[in-house]
Amino acid sequence: MTSLLHQRDAVLHRPRRLRGVVTALQTALVILATLIGLAAITFAIGRFLPTDPVIAAVGDHASAQLYQETRLAMGLDRPIPLQFLAYLDRLIHGDLGQSLLTGQPVTSDLASFFPATFELSTAALLIGLAIGVPLGVIAAARQGRLTDHLIRVVSLTGYSVPVFWFGLVGLVFLYVKLGLVPGPGRIDVAYEYAIEPKTGLILVDTLLAGNWEAFLDAAHHLLLPAAILGYYSAACISRMTRAFMIDALHHEFITTARVKGMSTASVLWSHALPSVAGPLITVIALAYASLLEGAVLTETVFAWPGLGLYITNALFNADLNAVLGGTLMVGSAFLLLNMATEVLQKRLDPRGQHP
Amino acid sequence: MLVQSSLLLKRLGLATATVVALLAEPGAEAKTPADTLVIAENIDDIISFDPAEVYEPTAGEIINNAYDRLFTYKPGDYSKLIGDVAESWTTSDDGLTYVLKVRSGLKFQSGNPVTAADVAFSLQRVILLNKTPAFILTQLGWTPDNVKQQVTATDANTVQLKLSTAFAPSFVLNVLSSSVASVVDQKEALKHEAKNDFGYDWLKTHSAGSGPFHIVAWKPKESAVLEANAAYDRGKLNLKRIIYRHIPESSTQALQLQKGDIDIARDLSADQIKSLSGDSNITVQGASKVNILYLGLNQKYEPLTKPAVREAIRWLVDYQGLSDNVFKGHWRPHQTVIGSGLAGALDDVPFKLDVAKAKQLLAAAGYPNGFDLEIDTPNSSPYTEIAQSIQSTFTQAGIRVKLIQADQKQVYTKVRARGHQTVIGFWSPDYLDPHSTVEWFASNPDNSDQSTHRTSAWRNSWDIPDLTKATAAALLERDADKRQAEYIDIQKKLQADSPFVVLFQETEQAATGKSVQGLILGPSWDTPAYWQVSK
Repeated sequence: MTSLLHQRDAVLHRPRRLRGVVTALQTALVILATLIGLAAITFAIGRFLPTDPVIAAVGDHASAQLYQETRLAMGLDRPIPLQFLAYLDRLIHGDLGQSLLTGQPVTSDLASFFPATFELSTAALLIGLAIGVPLGVIAAARQGRLTDHLIRVVSLTGYSVPVFWFGLVGLVFLYVKLGLVPGPGRIDVAYEYAIEPKTGLILVDTLLAGNWEAFLDAAHHLLLPAAILGYYSAACISRMTRAFMIDALHHEFITTARVKGMSTASVLWSHALPSVAGPLITVIALAYASLLEGAVLTETVFAWPGLGLYITNALFNADLNAVLGGTLMVGSAFLLLNMATEVLQKRLDPRGQHP
Repeated sequence: MLVQSSLLLKRLGLATATVVALLAEPGAEAKTPADTLVIAENIDDIISFDPAEVYEPTAGEIINNAYDRLFTYKPGDYSKLIGDVAESWTTSDDGLTYVLKVRSGLKFQSGNPVTAADVAFSLQRVILLNKTPAFILTQLGWTPDNVKQQVTATDANTVQLKLSTAFAPSFVLNVLSSSVASVVDQKEALKHEAKNDFGYDWLKTHSAGSGPFHIVAWKPKESAVLEANAAYDRGKLNLKRIIYRHIPESSTQALQLQKGDIDIARDLSADQIKSLSGDSNITVQGASKVNILYLGLNQKYEPLTKPAVREAIRWLVDYQGLSDNVFKGHWRPHQTVIGSGLAGALDDVPFKLDVAKAKQLLAAAGYPNGFDLEIDTPNSSPYTEIAQSIQSTFTQAGIRVKLIQADQKQVYTKVRARGHQTVIGFWSPDYLDPHSTVEWFASNPDNSDQSTHRTSAWRNSWDIPDLTKATAAALLERDADKRQAEYIDIQKKLQADSPFVVLFQETEQAATGKSVQGLILGPSWDTPAYWQVSK
């Protein structure tokens, strides 16, 4: 036992570069293990789904012969572990298989659907941050007063009322009655085929094409769905910010700052808020991650061709390649976000680091 | 301090308002021009546009507008077949050989003329590629080994078809009027051929037909665009472009129609249609479809094997109540397997809700206190409404219903494995000949678990050697009137006693902008046509 401890100490006290390499290798292994585990579990669930993937491929009226041929072609007659190994083998070569529902390779499907979700999620998160953090700070500063209660009611509404209801009601008032926002979809029919999909992010692609009207139109279309999802995020973020801030405001260094004569704004924004940055970043990352897996109901209401709709449809149709591909994509996004959060936390909150 | 935070709020509010004001300019939307038709529909089912592979409604209706077929129906009268690409045809005396003359003057979108070689190519590739709908043509006895001899172009505008059996001519012509028999431009397809696939990979996302429109673009789950063919000279086209927008939520479709951003909304529910019918800017159009809903009573379950029980169930459905109060025009009572409007249809509606009569029948069958029954149903409309109504009416006669709701594909999987007791099923004919429907319900050549013919009769474990023979005989009846009489006879037998309780027939309801004229929806999943539409 002691020798193990010695070895651990030896590694920790090695020169920085080597420690960095070891950490990088450890991280890589963790990521690999997580992704393979994720793929294995999803694969197992998929193979035990009560829906027959062959029917999804050939339809209900197909002849028995075609059914058998397709079943063999899909490799469904082999034992499940062998099927999984075959899948892993293709995965290593970058082949995620073909989607039953779109007839396209899953990689090209993901390349077009993930950017749509990414764009919507990022816009929603930015709105959520811009509204949620200040509201949380103000609520904490005015704890118990009317402002605090109002903010809490607003945020309660935000995460209680179903997002798709907000979406439909928003469309009825802002789109049909007032004409303030355009209808569903990412961009107007007039521009849709005029823009070359270089990144899949429509805001970026329209700028790359130099088409300013198309850019404005795309931003215009993004406004309502992002605002609704952003409201939901803001509700969650403001709650947590408020809780962290109330806790922080009771610490001694805040009293010290006040006694020293600093303004309230300065106390709130330059002292208290940075001190809760660590846990707050975690909350924001979680909010971002849940947005990234695709808000299927919002995407349905706004006809937004994103990952949520893709994976949900694939699941109902036992389109296993698409489900696996989508799940791995979301899993990878989670892992990346996790890593980014850890790095940010170390920078923002040095107290968390090893001595 | 109070001032500071409220100032911040004010600044935040001002910033947001400015952003919103900058972006939210009313009237920035481009309204659709008069030569462009915008259709809101759920186009999720498209996987391919190759006629040898298409078997889904949306792709089917798109290729119906891009390709011509050998035979077709006069719009409005779907009981009479007319020649389309086939100008005239003759049948040999023994019924085994058909000679078709190709109409002269037809041109593909590429400018190539439509010739007999294209017809032969189109039919052969269906068999050779062997995709899902190939079974429609293999019925004619064509296999990958013999199709190149059975289907030949004997000269520039004559096609010869050799069949394995002397089928009824109306059956053969009907089969050749289905989407799988679309005429494909051979030269164009082979120009894009890869690895001897007869142009399959390219035709999945492009069209090469002689129809009024051609496929320009398709983004899965987003949109599909068709444009008018310059070479089309069989009629004047008012539209230059058709855009299908994928709008999965029907409420959103209704909103867009109200706003005028789309011209046709295809997936509205009966309630939404009702609420829109008061709007003077919107027209509602209905079209009778040949789709039916029915109950399948698995003969593996003991109580359902008694004829009196099966009859009792026919008297336990509130057909009129559901049609009037729940479906409001979307589904109407129909009680035979062939939808009305087609050749061979029978419009008798003898059954209605009669709980007392059902109770008598159940008692006579030995179930005076009813029995337990599981009903499998897809968890979407209209199945859920029917399921709930049936549960309440069955209970009145003592049948204790347990509803098992699941996703549609899950239900299919269970029924294919004969694992259900009762199921609410949906039937849409693959082609408009009565054989397609009657075979599904009245033919079960092998009731064992190894059967390769998994018709609905098989799925409900119904062993019917006589009806199977009658179905096979009707397929070969060459006298048209006799043939029709045979199908009516089979349907009467199915209606009187079978594991199938036919419930409703569909009326498709589409809502369009007031100015849209000339829309043809037709009775089948691939009959919508836009060549006469104007705005």
